[in-house]
Amino acid sequence: MINTFIGNLGHVMSIVAFVSALVSAYAYYQYYKANELEKASWRRFSRVSFYIHAVSSVMIAFSLFEIIYNHRFEYFYAYSHSSKALPVHYMISSFWEGQEGAFILWIFWNVILGVTLIHTNKAWEAPVMIVFALVQAFLVSMIMGVVIGDLKIGSSPFILLRDATQAPIFQMNPDFIPEDGTGLNPLLQNIWMVIHPPTLFLGYASTLVPFAFLIGGLATKRYSEWVRPALPWAIFSAMVLGMGILMGAYWAYVTLNFGGYWNWDPVENAVYVPWLILVASVHTMITYKKSSTALKTSIVLVILSFILVLYATFLVRSGVLGDASVHSFTDLGLSGQLLIYMLFFLAVSLFFAIRSWKHIPSSEREASVYSREFWIFIGATTLGLMGFQVILPTSIPAWNALVESFGGISNMAPPADQVEFYTKFQLWFGVALSLLTAVGQFFWWEKMDKKALKDALLTPYIISVLLSAAIIVLAKVYDWRYMIIVLAGTFTIVANAVILSKLLKKSTFKLAGGSLAHIGLGMVLIGIMFSSGYSDTISINMSGLTYSNSWEDELNKEHVLLWINKPTQMKDYTVIYRGRQKKVVGINELVPAKILESTDQVNEAIALEDYKDYFKKGDKVNLVLEENDYFQIDYFQNEVLKFSLNPMSQFNEGMGGLISSPDSKIYLNRDLYTYVAAMNDYEDPEWKDDEFYEVSPGEQFHVADFVTYFDGAEVLTEIDDYVLQEGDVAVKAKLRILDYDVEKTLEPTFIIRNNQVGKLPVVDNELGIKVTLDNIIPEEDQFVFKVNQYQKDYVVMKAIVKPYINVLWIGSILMLVGFTVAIYRRFDEFKKMRDKGLE
Amino acid sequence: MKKGHLIGIGIIAIAIVIIMTSIGDASSYESFNTAMEMKKDGNENAIHVVGQLKKDTGGEVVGLNVREDKTSFTFVLVDNEGTEQEVFYNEPVPADFTRSESVVVIGQYKTDEIFIADKILMKCPSKYQETDVQAAGM
Repeated sequence: MINTFIGNLGHVMSIVAFVSALVSAYAYYQYYKANELEKASWRRFSRVSFYIHAVSSVMIAFSLFEIIYNHRFEYFYAYSHSSKALPVHYMISSFWEGQEGAFILWIFWNVILGVTLIHTNKAWEAPVMIVFALVQAFLVSMIMGVVIGDLKIGSSPFILLRDATQAPIFQMNPDFIPEDGTGLNPLLQNIWMVIHPPTLFLGYASTLVPFAFLIGGLATKRYSEWVRPALPWAIFSAMVLGMGILMGAYWAYVTLNFGGYWNWDPVENAVYVPWLILVASVHTMITYKKSSTALKTSIVLVILSFILVLYATFLVRSGVLGDASVHSFTDLGLSGQLLIYMLFFLAVSLFFAIRSWKHIPSSEREASVYSREFWIFIGATTLGLMGFQVILPTSIPAWNALVESFGGISNMAPPADQVEFYTKFQLWFGVALSLLTAVGQFFWWEKMDKKALKDALLTPYIISVLLSAAIIVLAKVYDWRYMIIVLAGTFTIVANAVILSKLLKKSTFKLAGGSLAHIGLGMVLIGIMFSSGYSDTISINMSGLTYSNSWEDELNKEHVLLWINKPTQMKDYTVIYRGRQKKVVGINELVPAKILESTDQVNEAIALEDYKDYFKKGDKVNLVLEENDYFQIDYFQNEVLKFSLNPMSQFNEGMGGLISSPDSKIYLNRDLYTYVAAMNDYEDPEWKDDEFYEVSPGEQFHVADFVTYFDGAEVLTEIDDYVLQEGDVAVKAKLRILDYDVEKTLEPTFIIRNNQVGKLPVVDNELGIKVTLDNIIPEEDQFVFKVNQYQKDYVVMKAIVKPYINVLWIGSILMLVGFTVAIYRRFDEFKKMRDKGLE
Repeated sequence: MKKGHLIGIGIIAIAIVIIMTSIGDASSYESFNTAMEMKKDGNENAIHVVGQLKKDTGGEVVGLNVREDKTSFTFVLVDNEGTEQEVFYNEPVPADFTRSESVVVIGQYKTDEIFIADKILMKCPSKYQETDVQAAGM
């Protein structure tokens, strides 16, 4: 029976959330304007309406999760994003796999942030919460799913499957409920998919806080006071957004077969740019706190970072990117709404910024070259230009859409080689940034003139030159561009380490955030240079084939074909593909797939053989995601098995393709990263023509290319899965087939009953052969075997060595630690001022 | 001249460089005919061509030719003007390749006969179709 209650509840709650958001925006406005007498009651009313909004938002999330958790496949969302086989933590991923769920996540975070702000602020509550409530109204409208005439507002996640599709089954039976959902994209069945989206959306959501303080400040003519409460939140936002980006990069690296951690895909760029601008705004805000300059720059940057988050959302979710991105987001028809959302806040911020521009204090004095303001300003400018360089080409599809909407034709396409295109700029910006941080930190903490600067920088400069010389020689960095990166990176690390040690000696750890984050930046730069610049594909040109056409000889073949059991040389390693494996519940190691036979039940198999102490022949075992095959690849050096890697792959009909997940061997100084690019499909083999072999017991012969021994035959008294009757004769032949160092026994059976012949052939998927005992000629002591070939099992694989990638990860973690220290310090400052009643 | 002005000019100069290279390095959507003209003019920039795989009357993809080592393949793409062109791709066949509705190849002509794709983008039929619901339900 279809359960319509929970869907209706969710739908009603989203309408309540929308209305209450508008009401609380209005109420907070009244609260702000009200005189002292009425203030208290308006405040109570505004808070109540925001809490109603908060509760209804949580109820929306609850309703959607209830639908997924209880497998209510009558709902489109559950049907298309979940399935019965999913464990609970992946149901959470299902929740935000769809765009509606992602919007709900965003709404949820805004609610949490809003409630936190209500309780941590005194003077700022009204103006800040007006902005919050308006943003919430826009966000909730995206999932409202209300139709007024021809106008459809939002795409509701609570629609029933029968309303979402025109499948004929619903005409016959409107109450039809599918047995199972289509499941979660296997690439998303990963721990990172559980934690990455909430982090990223918390980052997105938190950019609203500094923006709300800014708009509140401009609207209430507190042109500069907004900085103090906004600053810890801006740093928090930069930290969380940075962490979200990092998790995304790491996730891409460990589970997606993009070949790396960063691809300059439009979707990645769309988060990277707001983050850069956010970081720039944090720097100018800190400068303002210290010396009352750069306020106008801060205002522009805070507005820009928030608008860029909305622009990113528009690019990614409006469908305008179309073919330009590998991330597929279906177009829910929200592009108009998303555009209005962005333009509304752009208009609001322009209005307030322009209105207050002449009142905003700015210092008339020109900043000296020996002042920290000057260097911070240059740094912020560099970050801004970095962002500009990325967002411009990323917007090409949007530009085309714009031209076409005015009737023009634009055939511009994004750069053909995105990685090369972006790297050639971002690399040098990165070098400039790291040099600026090194110099900037000295200006920050000490009064500088020409001579003091020389003295301060001389020691770090000498140390870093020596250090980079050592790195260049030891790690064989012979490209001049990479040498400059090494030098810039080490200079940042050394200079900031000097500052750090001075700070720790003189004062508390609280001030160390900046230098820690900058040391992290230097390490990230060096880590990226090594892992990407010196990334080495070792599965290259392995085929040994020569091609008829010269152009093809010039191309590098970057994949290697591994036939099962056949040793293949790959740079320093000899690799052997050993077959497929499955993951079994409760067993830490992978189990060969050939000893498991799947049953009709989802994720269940029967063991065909005993396996160690884990299970016995005939046992039922539970598989973890039965579609996943783990390909065992053994790596040998000097005939010694060094390690095995098990990259995963599966054919996924629903997703329409091969889905692969890499496996890496992680060393301290490098990763060996491998993934499966193609695999053999032996589900439905096309057997070749029959081949017949007449052999007598004890004889050796060749089946296909395999050396085969016919050891003899025996008369059976019982056969598995088959009941022998009185007078039946069953004969089993024993063939031993050698494939390199592997020996396999195949035992085809031949049964005679009432002069009728039955043959039980044996299929070996790994060797790709089917052997039938076709006839027995007793007078000549000859057995006739019929053999059909398909092809041996194989896997096409790519293997890349990525040196020093750990430097990148450690550097990024250090950066996050630096941010965290800074948040603590800035929030502490704000709290002290607030408790004094100043804010 | 004030320092602020110098910096301003510097920023504008860099921004102009960025805009010019963005336009200069931007690729374009072409047909095989215009791509061939570009090649004849000596323009070796990688371009985008949108098209469909060549199919026979039964809807089966024809012209797909996988190299012996399975690490590369050629196929026939029909662009939106109807021009047929053999395309070489130096990667294993993507598993959903033959099911794709449309294919974008990014690359250039190597010789007059063959177009080399550096990258392929596929637009695949939507995951949820009416038939899917039926198949899943019955």
